[in-house]
This record gives sequence, C-alpha cells and structure tokens, in this order.
Amino acid sequence: MSSTNEPPESVHPKPHSAPDGAPATDPGHGADPAAAISQAAIEGVHNSPEFAQLRTTFRRFAFPMTAVFVVWYFLFVLLSTYAHDFMSMPFIGNVNVGLAMGLGQFVTTFLITWLYVRHANRNIDPLAAQLRTDLEGGSSHANG
Amino acid sequence: MQMGNPLLNMSIFGLFVLITLFIVVRVATRSGKSAADFYAGGRSFDGRQNGIAIAGDYLSAASFLGIAGAVAVYGYDGLLYSIGFLVAWLVALLLVAEPLRNTGKYTMADVLSFRMQQRPVRTAAATSTLAVSFFYLLAQMAGAGGLVALLLGITDKTQQGFVIALVGVLMIVYVLVGGMKGTTWVQIIKAVLLIIGAGVICIMVMLHFGFNLSALLGEAVAKSPDGVKVIQPMLQYGKDPLSFVSLSIALMFGAAGLPHVLMRFYTVPTAKEARRSVSWAIGLIGAFYLFTLILGYGAAVFVGKDAILAAPGGVNAAAPALAFHLGGEVLLGVIAGVAFATILAVVAGLTITAAASFAHDIYNSVLKDGKATPEKEVRVARITAIVIGVISIIGGVAANGQNIAFLVSLAFAIAASANLPSILYSLYWRRFNTRGSVWSIYGGLISAVGLIAFSPVVSGLKTSMFPAFNIAWFPLTNPALISVPLGFFLGWLGTVTSKEFNAAKHAEMEVRSMTGAGAEKAIAH
Repeated sequence: MSSTNEPPESVHPKPHSAPDGAPATDPGHGADPAAAISQAAIEGVHNSPEFAQLRTTFRRFAFPMTAVFVVWYFLFVLLSTYAHDFMSMPFIGNVNVGLAMGLGQFVTTFLITWLYVRHANRNIDPLAAQLRTDLEGGSSHANG
Repeated sequence: MQMGNPLLNMSIFGLFVLITLFIVVRVATRSGKSAADFYAGGRSFDGRQNGIAIAGDYLSAASFLGIAGAVAVYGYDGLLYSIGFLVAWLVALLLVAEPLRNTGKYTMADVLSFRMQQRPVRTAAATSTLAVSFFYLLAQMAGAGGLVALLLGITDKTQQGFVIALVGVLMIVYVLVGGMKGTTWVQIIKAVLLIIGAGVICIMVMLHFGFNLSALLGEAVAKSPDGVKVIQPMLQYGKDPLSFVSLSIALMFGAAGLPHVLMRFYTVPTAKEARRSVSWAIGLIGAFYLFTLILGYGAAVFVGKDAILAAPGGVNAAAPALAFHLGGEVLLGVIAGVAFATILAVVAGLTITAAASFAHDIYNSVLKDGKATPEKEVRVARITAIVIGVISIIGGVAANGQNIAFLVSLAFAIAASANLPSILYSLYWRRFNTRGSVWSIYGGLISAVGLIAFSPVVSGLKTSMFPAFNIAWFPLTNPALISVPLGFFLGWLGTVTSKEFNAAKHAEMEVRSMTGAGAEKAIAH
C-alpha cells in the first residue's frame, strides 16, 4: 500500500446509491419492517444451505482476522511496555524497531480493511442479496 | 506566554458557527419530522459522508491537541496511545457495523434487546449509554475551558465558565434544529477542516526535512532534553506499564462499543454503506494519527518540550504553538477555530445519542411499553437534549481543569466493559440470553466505574482528583484489565445459569443481521 490516506473503499468504483426508490415497501414511518416477513420464511432461510454458506463465508474471514489483529496489536503493546531494549534497536536510519512496528500497525490496519471490504463485496454481498430478495418477496430491489 | 491574536481566533470560530448554523437551518427546513429523520438523518447519508462524519465524531479535541502534545513531550508513547484508537476500528468493521445496521433502528439497545426481554435489557443498555455519553461529554466540555485558556488568553474561571455555557447552548441549538442530519453536517465540515488543517501543518513541517521521517526523528532527538528516549517507548508510561496495558485494552475494545459511534451506522441506508463508512473512517482517522505523529515531533523540534510545558495549556499547547511558529497568527487562528469546532461537533453527536437512548429506550420502550407515538417520542428526545445540555454545562464548569484524557479513557473503559461483550455475544453467541446480557452490562459498568473510584486517579496522590484523602486500593489508572474480562465472564455466567432461549427470535436476528432483510431503508423526501 503506497498511499496511506486513501480510503481503501475507493478502489471499488461501484455505484452506491441508496435503494430509496422503493416507496411501496418503505417502512420508515412507524411500521415494523419485520412484520412483512413471516416467521416461516425466516425459519426457511435460517435452515437453508445458502444461509449456512453465507454465515460460514463471513465467519471464516472475520473471526480468524480478528484474532490476527488483536494478537498483533497486543504484541506491539506488550513489547513496547516490557521489551524496551528490543524496541529501541535501530532499524532504518533513526526509525527503531518499535517505531517501525508502530507504523506497521497503520499498514496492517489499512490492509485488513481493504482485504475485508474486497472479501465482503465479492463473496458476501451476492449471497446476502439473494437471500434478502427471497425474503422480501422481490418487492424492493437488491442493492449491490 | 500568550500566542496569537485572541480576537482573530474568536472571529474564525464565529465564522464556523455562522456557516454551520446556516447549513443546519437549511437542512432542517428541507427534511422531514419523523423519528427516523431526527435520530438517523432519514438514513440518507452515503458511506463516504458517514465515514467523514464518523471521523468528525471520533477525532475529539483530546485526540487532536492531546495526542500531538503527547508525541511532542513524550515521543513514542504518544504514538503508542494513538494506535489503539485506530486499530480498534477493525472490531467495528469486521464484527459490529454491518449486523448492527441490519438489526437495529436507532440505538444500541435495539440490537441488544432484539431477542431478549425488552424491559431489563433496554434499561441496562440505556443506562450504560447514558454513562458513557456523560463521561465523554464531561471531557469535551471541561476541555473547552482549557482551550479557552490556551487560545483566547482567558484564565479567569468565571469567564471560562461563560464560554463553556456558550458551547453548551450552541450544541443544544444544533441538535434541536438540525437533528441527526444537522449534527452530521457539522461533523462533516469539522472533519474536513481538521484533517486539512493538520495536513497543511504536516506538509510545512516535512518541507523542512525533505519529507524524510528519519531526519525529523533525528532532529527531535537532537533538540529534546530527553535525547534518544524521545523515540523509545516508556518515557511517559515507564513507571506504570501495567496501567498502559489496561488502557490499551480499553481502547481496543471500547471504540466499537461507543454508543455515539454505533448510532452513526443508522444514518446510512444499507449494511454495505455501513461498511463503506467504516473503511472511510479508518482511512481518515489513520491518516490523521499519522499527521499527529509528525505534528508532535515537529512541535518538539520547532517549539521545544520546555516551551510547550510552560504554555498555558501545557501539553495541549503543542499543536497550536507549532501552528503559530510556522504560520503566525492566521494559521494559529485557523487551528484554534478548528479546535473549537471539534468540541462543538463531538458534543452535538453525544447529546443526540443520549437523548435518543433516553426517549427511545427508557421513555417509549420501558415506560410506555413501546406505545408512544413517534411524534411524542421525538418530543421527549428534544426535551432530553435540552436537559442533557444544561447538565453538561454545569458538569463542564465543575470539571473544568480536570484531566481530560482520563475522562475519555474512562468512557472507553465503560464502553469496552459494559457494551462490547453484550454486543458480540448477542450477535455471535446463539445461547446468549437476557440474564447474561443484564449481568454483563451492569457488571462491566459497575466494575469499571467502581475500580476507578478506588484508583489513584481519584484519591491518594497529589495529582488525584481528591488529593486530601486516600481510598485508593486499586493500583491501576484504568480499570479495563479487570473490568473487560469481567464483563465477558458475567455475560457467560448469567447465560449458563438461565434456561431462557428464544429460538425463533434468534433465527430472526441471525437472518436479518446477515442478510439485511427487513432493515429500514432510506426515507425519500
């Protein structure tokens, strides 16, 4: 990643217009939107292999990745607090190991953001959109 | 040392107020009057706008002036502090933002109570929302007092109190007139000004060093009375590293539990836009913290540690003093105006969150069994906003001079201990139930506040809030090391000791949170 202040989303020049052209099902004014979907339909989707796949696709990325950045962050914090001499070792020029690792936290945060957004756009959104359309009876168009 | 021209600083701030008020009034006359309009800006913002507003909500004066100052005076440890604030956003991105948008309507409690008994869980969630918002508000209002001393040369406490009251009144006006839509625009404008302002000073600093970070660090080492220690860890936290570890737990797990941040995800129409919001916010917040690193070391080089500590605002004076050094009165005036704007935007966001939680969760769902009309509920929210404004003015005047960073870290600790365990459990743990949720929220809240009350921050030391007596038996200055695991543990314990499980509601919550089916759409006007 060369540019750090470029929000990662901008690499996906997809339209992002709100589905606000669906007044027929607009539940915004007091009506409970859940009422439109029957419990039977919910149960049907919940037990479907498509939903299981959606849940797995999401969790297989999000859960291990969370473990990675939590461990990496606390490694940095613990080394900074308890391994002063190691973190003070010169790395490049005046940048020592600790500062390099700190800047590395920025890089990995941007990288994980970009990876997750790409994963979600490619692998999660299509599955979710299909199930949503099924549940809402196709009356409001799917987004994305 | 008085820097710059107070009149100029005040005029630039006044200009910001005029422009934002104009926009807020314009927005208000064009938008609807429904609950979704007032609480969620009609869900009509796109991901980029909301991401910028989130950055505007999150980058408080404490992080702008405080972190730049911490880098200037303590070097490495200031950077260490800022990284926690950034990395924490990955929790929001990966685990919280999208399912929250899909399952809730206006408040954090909407999600927490989705498959639970409404009354106990909503009461608990609203209590913790109000607690977090109160400490956060107090920090911002008390910060306004310090800022006045620094930028307008007003050292008299009564006159500072007057400025705090002015900030409170403006914030009430923004919220009452503009609702969430107006508040969001204030945050967007402020975020753009803040990031551009910080970026410009950064470029001016880096021009001196040929855009070579290593050269800047070398000069900071040469100029600092602490020498090479300024680029090494533990110059600030060295005496009490465990407290810093505890603080970093609060930061990491607190951001995604801050109610005013969570509420921002309801202002976009879909989960996909909520995702875009967070990725924009991460880009902007990350860039901003990189700027503060350069600002801080720049201030260490050009202003110097001793001069910063001798200035009226102490550590907080680093960024304004650097602006004055590099760009004179005008640049200082711009930075001063931006700093004030920052406080205004953050307090407005906090006020609308607290007011929404009281009106939607306590008044309507708990007291009126969900039967109050949306009009009535919004009216209660407006009255609550006024009450909160008045309380925060009084609290801000009383807390003027208190340690702002401590108040903010306490808000993060409560959010991490009381809110996040319940949010994660209710989204991802099938078995989780009402008792688990209630125990986790109250347990996290009480342990976080209780441990702080018995910590050296409150009593026992000369630097404590009440130095006269000593009830401090808890050694750390941040409770998260104990209270966050306790929040998770109590959530588990409460759950497994209760047989309650609503399979139908769980299925509905899981399906809706993953697919977005039935989620409220944008309101077309």
